[in-house]
Amino acid sequence: MRPLTQAILYRASQAVLVALLVGMLTFLMMQALPGDMAFRIAAGRYGYDAVNAEAAEAVRRELGLDRPALAAFGTWLWDLMRLDFGTSVISGAPVMDEIRHQLGASLQLAGAALALSFLIGPPVGILAGLRAGGWLDRTLLVVSTALRSVPQFLMGLILIVLVSIQLGWLPAAGYGRPVHFVLPALTLALGLAAVSARVARDAMAAVAASPYYAFGRWKGLSEGQLLRRHGLRNIGVTLVTYLGLQFAMLVEGVVVIEAIFSWPGIGHALVHAIFGRDVPMVQGTVLLLGLGFVALNTAVDLTARWIDPRGRGAGEARS
Amino acid sequence: MSITQVDMPLPAARVRPWARWTGAALLALVLAFALLAPVIFPADPLRQSLRHILAAPDAASPLGYDHLGRSLTARLASALRLSLMIAAAAVASSALLGVAVGVLAAWRGGWVDRAASLVADAFLALPGLLLVLIVSAIVPVTPLAFWIGLTLVLWIEYFRLTRATVSRLLAAPGVQASRLLGFGPFYIFRRHLWPELAPMLLTLGAFGAATAIMMIAALGFVSVGMRPPTPELGLMMVELLPYYREAPMALVIPVAATFVTLLGLNLVAKGGRA
Repeated sequence: MRPLTQAILYRASQAVLVALLVGMLTFLMMQALPGDMAFRIAAGRYGYDAVNAEAAEAVRRELGLDRPALAAFGTWLWDLMRLDFGTSVISGAPVMDEIRHQLGASLQLAGAALALSFLIGPPVGILAGLRAGGWLDRTLLVVSTALRSVPQFLMGLILIVLVSIQLGWLPAAGYGRPVHFVLPALTLALGLAAVSARVARDAMAAVAASPYYAFGRWKGLSEGQLLRRHGLRNIGVTLVTYLGLQFAMLVEGVVVIEAIFSWPGIGHALVHAIFGRDVPMVQGTVLLLGLGFVALNTAVDLTARWIDPRGRGAGEARS
Repeated sequence: MSITQVDMPLPAARVRPWARWTGAALLALVLAFALLAPVIFPADPLRQSLRHILAAPDAASPLGYDHLGRSLTARLASALRLSLMIAAAAVASSALLGVAVGVLAAWRGGWVDRAASLVADAFLALPGLLLVLIVSAIVPVTPLAFWIGLTLVLWIEYFRLTRATVSRLLAAPGVQASRLLGFGPFYIFRRHLWPELAPMLLTLGAFGAATAIMMIAALGFVSVGMRPPTPELGLMMVELLPYYREAPMALVIPVAATFVTLLGLNLVAKGGRA
């Protein structure tokens, strides 16, 4: 079993490398901006009609855009290391404030979607796994294969067309009231549940076919007792591990879904920042998401250890 | 603890050849349409014709026309060719990169292995769509940007699986015997490693192509991917959405094409695994 400190140390070095990678990518993005960067940023701030050489020069001096690339990269990384994300070049507000503002809306949406997917996916998967090969199992296979072939933006489109346009039941876009949650959260949840149901089903089928499960039944436990005592905890590790994976899917989904449903969250802001080449915003947002992924997986590692303290066998593929 | 691999003992592999064959048939259908449509129904996908705005199908274009009177047959075929080409290129380059680095890491071990794993984990922490989005902001040519971005996303899975498989095989008696007999690394790769890796590459390749096509369409749909007037699946959907009431079939066409392509790829991948 790998000592705990070593696992945490590995995650820490992963976090540092993620930060370096994001710094490098966003710096390249800064360098690759077409035309004169100062003009572009000035246009983003004052509008394309109000830009003149004077305004561009002011921007150039303010942001130090006239230094050589290598010196700029050094400063770039140094700022990053001090967790100084700078200010959005378009709105002029500190990146941290902007992100904090948008993160709330995104977390609400992601939380609602995750909760919904956990209500749908694992229960269906467990029921299907208990009767492997039964009608529910076969239906689940077909439905989840079909759902996985529908990208999330397409699911959003289909739901908007069906529920909002044809039936007129729910608003297609908006933010603020509980009804606005339904469509975007459902879109995200269906995609997540399609996969988590399969994961739960495979894990449950494996546990239900195991000798200790048969022994439990043989010694006279009821099906409910069996599931509670021997089933849930054993598939728990798999499901919790899978949660770490879902985060990546969720982030990707949130970026697209927010853009479609005009949800004022971090994904919406990111698409706009990339469109307007607001590099500090992009850097702050992507860094936050990357580090969030590392933090979440650290938590997943620790939870998996807590659920199943036996540790993995020697053949474990190191993460 | 591994993140992407679920290391539970799965039930004995059920072979589902029908899934793989259905998937291959669907893919062949899509491919045939993409390649043959321009031969049978020659039309410029960019040519507008005001007399044909949202017109019903006719002999020249069996799928009808879009809101600018462009042939939907030609546009769909062109969009499918673009997506499939980028996906194929990204899968090929990421497989090459991932397998090469994976074999190297497992073979050399030590700090090479640790460094490669750490880099792969750092890439894994960045959601794929964001990586593609950032690369598309760096590289000015969009198809090239998609290719580079998708390669950076897809190589990780190849690397992880190759590394795990190869380090297991290298410790196996067969490879040990070959080494003792004095066979070189190329022989060992060809005779011992490749036969185990090849079926895995097909499954990963199909999944990877599905991911690539999904991402290209998703970014096109939120207007940060391909630029109009290039025919692209996601772009076609967002262009035709406002005309849903007048011409629902026009919107259904790119949606159905995307679904069939992805379903085919998923079935090919699933048939080899589950």
